[in-house]
Amino acid sequence: MNKWYIEKGTEGDVVLSTRIRFARNLDDYPFPSKLDKKGKSEICALVRDALTGDGDSGFGYIDMNTLTPSQAVSLAERHLISPEFTTEREGRALLLTEDESVSIMVCEEDHIRLQVMKSGLSLNEAFDIADKIDNVLDSKLCYAFDERIGYLTQCPTNLGTAMRASVMLHLPALTATGKISGIASTVSKLGLTIRGAYGEGSSARGCIYQMSNRITLGITEQAALDNLSAITLQIAAQERAAQSLLLRNPAEEDKVFRAAGILKNARLLSGDEFMELISLVRMGTARGVFDFPLEKINELIVNMQPATINAAHGKNLEPSERDAIRAKGVREVLEIRC
Amino acid sequence: MLCQNCGRNEATTHIKRVINGATSESHLCAECAGNLGYGDMFSGFGLGFGELLGSFFGESPASPSAISVETARCKRCGNSWHDIVREGKPGCAECYRTFFDRLQPSLQRIHGKIKHNGKISSGSFVEAQAVKTPEQEKNEKRAALEAEMKKAVEEQNFEQAAVLRDKIKELDK
Repeated sequence: MNKWYIEKGTEGDVVLSTRIRFARNLDDYPFPSKLDKKGKSEICALVRDALTGDGDSGFGYIDMNTLTPSQAVSLAERHLISPEFTTEREGRALLLTEDESVSIMVCEEDHIRLQVMKSGLSLNEAFDIADKIDNVLDSKLCYAFDERIGYLTQCPTNLGTAMRASVMLHLPALTATGKISGIASTVSKLGLTIRGAYGEGSSARGCIYQMSNRITLGITEQAALDNLSAITLQIAAQERAAQSLLLRNPAEEDKVFRAAGILKNARLLSGDEFMELISLVRMGTARGVFDFPLEKINELIVNMQPATINAAHGKNLEPSERDAIRAKGVREVLEIRC
Repeated sequence: MLCQNCGRNEATTHIKRVINGATSESHLCAECAGNLGYGDMFSGFGLGFGELLGSFFGESPASPSAISVETARCKRCGNSWHDIVREGKPGCAECYRTFFDRLQPSLQRIHGKIKHNGKISSGSFVEAQAVKTPEQEKNEKRAALEAEMKKAVEEQNFEQAAVLRDKIKELDK
């Protein structure tokens, strides 16, 4: 079955993906940080049975403790789990659909972290799927809820809808022209936050950003989605205009073609160099400089992350070995087509 | 100003050293500062995320007032108010109910307003129905009257609509 990220979605030239995440807790148990292994295991079993008890639910159940560190980090690189979920794996479980579009982390910061991913800009569709699964869980489990402050979450910043909706954006031209910091401060005034999607800290590797709603209490889910969607469309339009303008400059156009040249010929590619170059090639592809399917590039970005390469090879490779494998993988995809 | 170490990124960490009266300065980007061991410079200020939230909960974690005489404990996880302030987070869902009044000002600071307006959990809905506040009852009654009035207007039953309008006015007093 194709993974969700292999498809190209609406606004796909700028919006790589959409994610909806609900945080839920069971009323009868302390939050995970206060639970011992036995309590966590009970919750894992309760959630699994609530979801898969009625026969084929489409979910696979993964006890996080059975994974190798590479396999776990690879799940985080594919944004299926949080990086934090990989560090301590005892008493934690993951429920995952085959196409990897729906994942449920059990005993992360909250008892249940339900997440739905879709390609492109697809907030309402992703929300509907999350909502339906949430209803199934709600009918079988006793959720912690308070009519005044909504779903009760460990972190008080998530109270209310406990919903985080986010879009992953590729913004190379707004980054190159230095407009991104202005955008970041503007969206923060509109109740949203934007940050780099890959790597730690504020620098955005590959010019890939994640933008999400910040406010969860006092606002309906639909209002939060509409707000995020409207601002995403505006940023996407600005990015397109900036890309076209940028590519009219011969020096910038040259960078894009050189990036394609290196990616098609390199024998060693570090993770950082790959992200920098693929970002340029993706921009060229998005504006029709290259005739190449964008979804192939999205897939490369996912598959060429370090732990995902390790996991695919079933062992921990040296960085230099990985760089060779990455270069080969990139050549195989780009060589023939563009 | 660019980082003096890598020469590529904008310098964001500025370090001034005074050794035996001789001053030297370094300007580093966040990445190099981290690599060179300056990343945890600010840890001395005690601003871990938990403590940051703890200070949101009203009291400074180190202040003596935080260790005030506090006997109330959450009946589920046993946390006292002091535990919540110290850890910067409640231990369980029941903590929110037990210490709601004390949490309220902090929640107001984080979210602006305290009125859940989204999806309602089905299990809790029954419970919520049972303990309606007078305010909610009034609002529901008002909404029902408004719907009835709208319907009356649509059916051009203006006399009935006027009666309903007066009822709504009465309710708003």
